[in-house]
Amino acid sequence: MMTAPFPALGLILLLPALGVAFNIFLGPRLGRRAVNFAGPAAIFIAFGVGCWAFATLLAMPPGSALTVTLWPWIEAGSFHVDFALRMDALSAVMTLVVSGVGALIHVYSAGYMAHDEDYARYFAYMNLFTLSMLILVLADNLLLMFVGWEGVGLCSYLLIAFWYTNPEFAYNGRKAFVVNRIGDAGFILGILTLVYVLGAHGAWTLAFTDMRAHRDILAEVWAPFGVPVATVAGLLLFLGATGKSAQIPLYVWLPDAMVGPTPVSALIHAATMVTAGVYMVVRLNFLFILSPTAMELIATVAGVTSFFAATIAIVQPDIKRVLAYSTISQIGYMFLGAGVGAFASGIFHVMTHAFFKALLFLCAGSVIHALDGEQDMNRMGGLWRKLPITYATMLIATLAISAIPGFSGYFSKDLILESAFNSGHFKLWLLGVITADLTSFYMFRLIFMTFHGSSRVDPHRAEHLHESPPVMTIPLFILAVLSIVGGWVNLPKGLLWGDAFVRFLAPVTGTYHPMIEVSGAAISLIALASTLLGILFAWLLYIRQPELPGRISDALAALYRTLLHKYYIDELYNLVVSRPLFWIAGPVLARRVDKGGIDGVVDGSALTVENSGEAVRRVETGNVQHYVLVYLFGVIAIAAYYVYLVIR
Amino acid sequence: MMSVPPSWFMALGALLFAIGAAGVLIRRNVIVMLMAIELMLNAVNLTFIALSRSLGSIDGQVIVLFVITVAAAEAATGLAIIIAAFRNRETVNADELNLMRW
Repeated sequence: MMTAPFPALGLILLLPALGVAFNIFLGPRLGRRAVNFAGPAAIFIAFGVGCWAFATLLAMPPGSALTVTLWPWIEAGSFHVDFALRMDALSAVMTLVVSGVGALIHVYSAGYMAHDEDYARYFAYMNLFTLSMLILVLADNLLLMFVGWEGVGLCSYLLIAFWYTNPEFAYNGRKAFVVNRIGDAGFILGILTLVYVLGAHGAWTLAFTDMRAHRDILAEVWAPFGVPVATVAGLLLFLGATGKSAQIPLYVWLPDAMVGPTPVSALIHAATMVTAGVYMVVRLNFLFILSPTAMELIATVAGVTSFFAATIAIVQPDIKRVLAYSTISQIGYMFLGAGVGAFASGIFHVMTHAFFKALLFLCAGSVIHALDGEQDMNRMGGLWRKLPITYATMLIATLAISAIPGFSGYFSKDLILESAFNSGHFKLWLLGVITADLTSFYMFRLIFMTFHGSSRVDPHRAEHLHESPPVMTIPLFILAVLSIVGGWVNLPKGLLWGDAFVRFLAPVTGTYHPMIEVSGAAISLIALASTLLGILFAWLLYIRQPELPGRISDALAALYRTLLHKYYIDELYNLVVSRPLFWIAGPVLARRVDKGGIDGVVDGSALTVENSGEAVRRVETGNVQHYVLVYLFGVIAIAAYYVYLVIR
Repeated sequence: MMSVPPSWFMALGALLFAIGAAGVLIRRNVIVMLMAIELMLNAVNLTFIALSRSLGSIDGQVIVLFVITVAAAEAATGLAIIIAAFRNRETVNADELNLMRW
């Protein structure tokens, strides 16, 4: 392993930071043109520096890393954390995805937000988000990663509630923030566990390389719990990941996050931030691999989430909500890959998903933009003539997410399913195959309902229906190309350059060792059959027999309503978590404890003082002779005391 | 020549002091109260002088000079305050000069 200092890594963070400062302080004064230029430019240059670093890294032997220590951060006795960046194969991939896709979405935003007055604030938040995300992926220690982790959470909140004058939007922003806090509490406890246990052995550090070097400590059984340290820390950290990456049980915020501007959904709630949990698990693979319990849990949660979210997606009428549940489902695939030990496959899917899901969201944004804010697919239809570019690019993204051979999603999803099967997780594999079927069904349902069939568009909106300007369609083109070729970096073994991507990541993620060897082609064919079946169903229901979906939903009314209401999970959480908490906070804590108890003590003591003062102040008569009398008695008393002392 | 015993002076001083204290406590006219205070001061002066003489020490006489000085100042400021109060309230009755109360 070779590490080389590479100070320019600091630039990757500095440029978005400058963008934030520019957009906050100068943006409103210099106007829209300056902001539209500076916001995307900062990210583009950061992407350029990232490419330069990546090229440098590629020229070095495998397993190398570029590092820079910007400044010492925390020095407390032996505990030592630096503000240090480290770009190895894993963070290089993530940096390029974040800054590259981020830059495209920034450009798209310039068109999408063209009619919004708050463009400067928007780009300031977007740059701040990119900065935080880059800190997250470039951090060389867990604590700095947590800074980025919290930073992206904050930006997510700010951007979901971007149109904060709408109470529902503001509420959804708070919901995302609070749900993420629950996960973050787990993350913090995980960090503290690691500090505590490693510190007890004198390893006062949280740098990933040092933690990896001390993994024998993490493998030991921790007496208070009777399980390895890695299990405790791993489960706590995974709780953080379920919050950020929207997995069961903390996924509820992501669908509601769709009220933010659509480019935000593309960048934060599809391509980058929500994959932070996957990145974290893969980054700490040396820790998770020590704990079969945690790995098993991750794989199970991931498989179930992926299926569960897909079932909800098939009935949602809102175009963005379908994509939101699809995101949850796809992140489930990523965690499934990581959970069965094929960490590189998870990251591979993170990358391809970033391309095609960002594209899907941007296309959805283009549709919404064309329809002046309409998001209900029941009021779309037949749009492909009016929006040919959007239609073509969205179709490519849909083929990619449905894992049609040749498109990027095929390679990554196939690798995950193959890893799941070959590691002996047959049930999870089967769940994954069924989910693949559901995925292609809901995605083609979306395409058919939006672009095909007869137009159900509101006549007023249909009048000024228009294709988006080039500033929005060019990013669509680029992402469409990436959605196709993005998967070609990792072909099946033995074909051309083979699994180049996995080999590139192997020094960081370790190598995946299958338990059984079943031909990848056979597994791939089963998944493909499942996918095609989904497309066929979608075609039958939404093109061939458009009246069938209504009949089916009438026949299975109970099931349909359950799915439409997302299994009533929000209602359940409200009943089980929110209501009791509000009850404790309101009637109990606020009224009883605070108003009754604490205010009672404070007000009571004040009242006692006031009453006694009221009683005693009568002594002050204002009559000088009374004072003289009291004074005289005092003198006499003192004199008497001295007389007593003498005659005693 | 037969000298008067010190105890007689002490008794006279105590008597004068008691009369003065009673005057301050009982009389309502502020000017009379001021005069009664003068009486108390002079009772103390008499006691100092008598003890100074009988003990053969000059200290008591020195203190008396100070007391006289302070008494003069007190009379001047006291009368000035009374005049000011009278101008405002048109009274020198202590019972009515009771603004400084609850």
